Amino acid sequence: MIAFVARRVLIAIPTMLVIITIAFFMMRVAPGGPFDQERQLTPQIEKNILAAYDLDQPLPLQYVRYLTGVLQGDFGPSFKYRDFTVTELLLTGFPPSLKVGGLAMLLAIAIGIALGTIAALRQNSALDHAVMATAMTGIAIPNFVMAPLLTLVFGVFLGWLPVAGWGGGALRNILLPVIALALPQIAYIARLTRASMIETLGANFIRTARAKGLREQIVVTRHALKGALLPVVSYLGPASAQLISGSLVIEQIFGIPGIGRYFIQGALNRDYTLVMGTVIVYALLILILNLIVDILYGYLDPKVKPS
Amino acid sequence: MSSRAELGQVEPGGAAARSLAQDAWRRLRQNKAAMVSMAILAVIALLAIAAPLLSPHPLGEVYWDRIQMPPDFENAHWFGTDGNGRDLFIRTLYGGRISLMVGILATLVSLVIGVSYGAIAGYVGGRVDDLMMRIVDIIYALPFTFFVIILMVVFGRQIFLIFVAIGAVEWLTMARIVRGQTLSIKNREFVEAARAAGVSSAAIIRRHIVPNLLGPVVVYMTLTIPQVILLESLLSFLGLGVQEPLTSWGVLISEGAETMEAAPWMLIFPAILLALTLFSFNFIGDGLRDALDPKDR
Amino acid sequence: MTTHSPSRRARSLCRAAAGLLTATAICLLAAAPLSAAELRIANSGEPDSLDPHHTSGIWESRILRDMFMGLTTEAADASVIPGAAESWTVSDDGLAYTFIIRDHAWSDGTPVTADDFVYSLQRILLPETAAEYASLLYTIKNAKALNEGTITDAGELGVKAIDAKTLEITLEYPAPYFLELLTHQTAYPVPRHKIEEFGDDWIKAGNLVGNGAYVLEEWVPNTHVKLVKDETFYDAANVAIDSIVFYPAEERNAATKQFRAGEIDIQFDFASEQIDWLKENLPDETRISPWLGSYYYTINTTKPPFDDVRVRQALAMSIDRAAITDKVLKTGELPGYSFVPPNAGKYGEPAYVDWKDTPYEQRVQQAKDLLAEAGFGPDRPLEFQLRYNTSENHKKIAIAVAAMWKQLGVQAELFNAEVKVHYNDLQEGNFEVARAGWIADYNDPQNFLYLMEGDTGANNYSRFDNADYNDFMNQSDVETDPAKRNELMHQAEAIAMAEMPNIPIYYYVSKNLVAKQVAGWVDNTADKHPSRYLSIVE
Repeated sequence: MIAFVARRVLIAIPTMLVIITIAFFMMRVAPGGPFDQERQLTPQIEKNILAAYDLDQPLPLQYVRYLTGVLQGDFGPSFKYRDFTVTELLLTGFPPSLKVGGLAMLLAIAIGIALGTIAALRQNSALDHAVMATAMTGIAIPNFVMAPLLTLVFGVFLGWLPVAGWGGGALRNILLPVIALALPQIAYIARLTRASMIETLGANFIRTARAKGLREQIVVTRHALKGALLPVVSYLGPASAQLISGSLVIEQIFGIPGIGRYFIQGALNRDYTLVMGTVIVYALLILILNLIVDILYGYLDPKVKPS
Repeated sequence: MSSRAELGQVEPGGAAARSLAQDAWRRLRQNKAAMVSMAILAVIALLAIAAPLLSPHPLGEVYWDRIQMPPDFENAHWFGTDGNGRDLFIRTLYGGRISLMVGILATLVSLVIGVSYGAIAGYVGGRVDDLMMRIVDIIYALPFTFFVIILMVVFGRQIFLIFVAIGAVEWLTMARIVRGQTLSIKNREFVEAARAAGVSSAAIIRRHIVPNLLGPVVVYMTLTIPQVILLESLLSFLGLGVQEPLTSWGVLISEGAETMEAAPWMLIFPAILLALTLFSFNFIGDGLRDALDPKDR
Repeated sequence: MTTHSPSRRARSLCRAAAGLLTATAICLLAAAPLSAAELRIANSGEPDSLDPHHTSGIWESRILRDMFMGLTTEAADASVIPGAAESWTVSDDGLAYTFIIRDHAWSDGTPVTADDFVYSLQRILLPETAAEYASLLYTIKNAKALNEGTITDAGELGVKAIDAKTLEITLEYPAPYFLELLTHQTAYPVPRHKIEEFGDDWIKAGNLVGNGAYVLEEWVPNTHVKLVKDETFYDAANVAIDSIVFYPAEERNAATKQFRAGEIDIQFDFASEQIDWLKENLPDETRISPWLGSYYYTINTTKPPFDDVRVRQALAMSIDRAAITDKVLKTGELPGYSFVPPNAGKYGEPAYVDWKDTPYEQRVQQAKDLLAEAGFGPDRPLEFQLRYNTSENHKKIAIAVAAMWKQLGVQAELFNAEVKVHYNDLQEGNFEVARAGWIADYNDPQNFLYLMEGDTGANNYSRFDNADYNDFMNQSDVETDPAKRNELMHQAEAIAMAEMPNIPIYYYVSKNLVAKQVAGWVDNTADKHPSRYLSIVE
């Protein structure tokens, strides 16, 4: 196991390098620059600004400089938010995204697996259809509709919770965004759990366990669920990375100071260094979470050996 | 997990496959939820195809004196009109064409790439698996917005790019799921038996691995459809998706969400059609999964 | 929170939440002690920077206006009044301004001197500062040369401190709008002693000092910027509000909901989709007022057939502007028949297109004739792309305009792109007809008309280069007599309206929500509302 993890950490280094390299040049190929705007700059002023950010240097040189900086933990200045470095923006933005996204994911895992299991145990019954249909509303109503609806009902009409605002991350401020983020995930997890649970419940080893006279509850929670979670866990790796790194829509609607906005807005602003920062954060999350998933495989199904 | 091979069949293209398909279809027909869903989906698809025959209004026609009007039966605006005075009934149906097409085609693209890629990585294992999965990680991490912008610069605005752009990201999770299942299945007795019998790797993947991971694949496929349909509206924002006067459900719903209180009809009708479609796909997916599940037989 | 409404709100909250588990927590939070008057503002974006020399956005200017004060400053109605300068004299040729600096101090107590202004104006113009908006100050003698690096001695800039309290500014050419220009953030003084002490970090809370009514308390990125009243401000006695919180509120529909829930007091620039609902439900809070800006379609005059004035005029004439403003936008915008909006500075009535009062049907017929003369008709329809940057309103207008052009047999294909690609295409000339807009930096027609001068460069998207037009504009730059200057600019604009490189569509309006308890708000064409004049009443 330790050797497996060590090897993956080693492989992560070239992987990160490839990601940084491709992302760096990809951004520069795209038309438009950080200082293109409705009010165009005079050529001389544009030159001054490009010089101030070293953007007038040859691209390979910029790349080498950037890479050297990253190795020293310096992600450079943001082109858009000129008073902050990318490191500052990511460090202040990541905790809120992690908090909201992480809570949403935990909520979704708990509810999703429970609903999926219940539905699987009563396959094709009215209960199954009712549970699945409820879970489905989370997908059928996109979050850019769900989030304003929630704020309208609980914030404006009922006045129970703030419409928006971070409030230092207080429960009353993050309740609605966590729910809005968790709803579609509940549906995903519940459906995957249901499908794979039904298959597992029919498998030989479950039949054996039942034949041995184990209580149904134990059969389900100890034996069936473990085997059934494999595809759910596969899904959770990338899904958690996405949730933890924040959501533009949710962050803007609820005024959460997270990093989710930087992924799309950073790209739209051509804030090269900020986008690179988000790419690196996201890549690390993906690598780490997919590593955890691969380790979990071995636990969920002892026949899967880490290669 | 049980296996079709254990029960002694699965030869795609052969007689067994045909009977398997017939068998599956027979059982799918017994699934009421799935059959009702298929009927609903068929109706929606028919409406979308027959759209121009169903409304007196052409797609892009602007009615200056009927801007943002609620449903109005006198003038045959059954879903009301939008902020430009265009009939929403016809727009919603045309939007359905785009969304259904994008939803189904892009999902199929992601299915084909994801299943073959994931099965190969999982089955071959070792360094190949490592390399293939790191490539998946790399693609996950690359900034999607720039990818889309560059696609447009290189190829111009073409409808097939929508599938390329969406397909390029949506197959990744499918591949991860398929690979995970494959890792588990490949160590089962029946796969080892086939290997011992000298069956080629390609044949094992095709005959023994893939049929046994269809359950989660079918379900995840139906979950991909909503993602794809909504992702299309982001592409429209960037200029790659559908261009006016054409539209899609994703675009209509995001427009409707802005006027939720002042003009709820702009949101409600496309949202209901989208929801009906997604529900239908998911019950069909569940039905398909059940029908393809060998152990129930 | 404000002193008044929260307690009311807290009570109703407690009633509504009674019986709920969360009730206690909510009531505790909502009923927290309220001491000072706080103004909560939904700004329309996260500031790029709080360094006045590194900003160009309207949302930054709202924050900076409360923290800094130029030589001149805005009254509640945005008219120009003495600011850091208590008085001034102007030479007869309009080129030399002598300012007497007011006896006042930075928020750390250090006196503000004429040297601070010399330092600040040099700083923004030095190339290494890389100030995006430095070009606004090019009216000052040698400013352009310094900014472009053709002179390197900042001492040659036309800004001199005669003594600690006397500042002299010399201009390149008489600019009647100069006093107003000085209210702009580019002309704010910045604290030399703090910049030298902290370097780039001088804008951090705790380091930053200003000479305005408020001082920075904290800035949490993407959360809020909080300012508190600066007791050293020269007119602090007349400042009523104790603290101001600016929320970035990028999602404007969400901010409107916050406004309705009483979480904010002022929302700048609400989303126009909300207008029907707002007019019906919040008529008193909805503040719509003419704003000095033009929304227009720019035509690439170098690309055939758009090098043909008949084609350009036909496209311009066949747009029913009233239908767009009254039926599509509905937010009180006025149909645009000139490039300069009415009432810019002392310009009076702008030079309108000569078909302004021709009935629409007749104009459509004339447009058809013009297109036919240019060689287009049913056999050879005019086809092109109409570009706009992605936004709900731009899309709606493009759809409407394309429908109007359809009557002429013109087939305009709509083509949207995100904002960077859009403006990149405009700059590169990679377009045929495209959406653009301009909001005035200062209240003078020259700020609009220079956009069509041949040597303007990037902002002249249409690539219009007309010798007579350039001539009139150059003459107006050096004309000291206001009436003659107006006349010259009118002549220039008349040429532009006849040649039609840019099709005016409408004049902008400002769209704000102001809570009833906010007093002292004055609607104005500059849409500038310094918080020092506002107060909160029960």
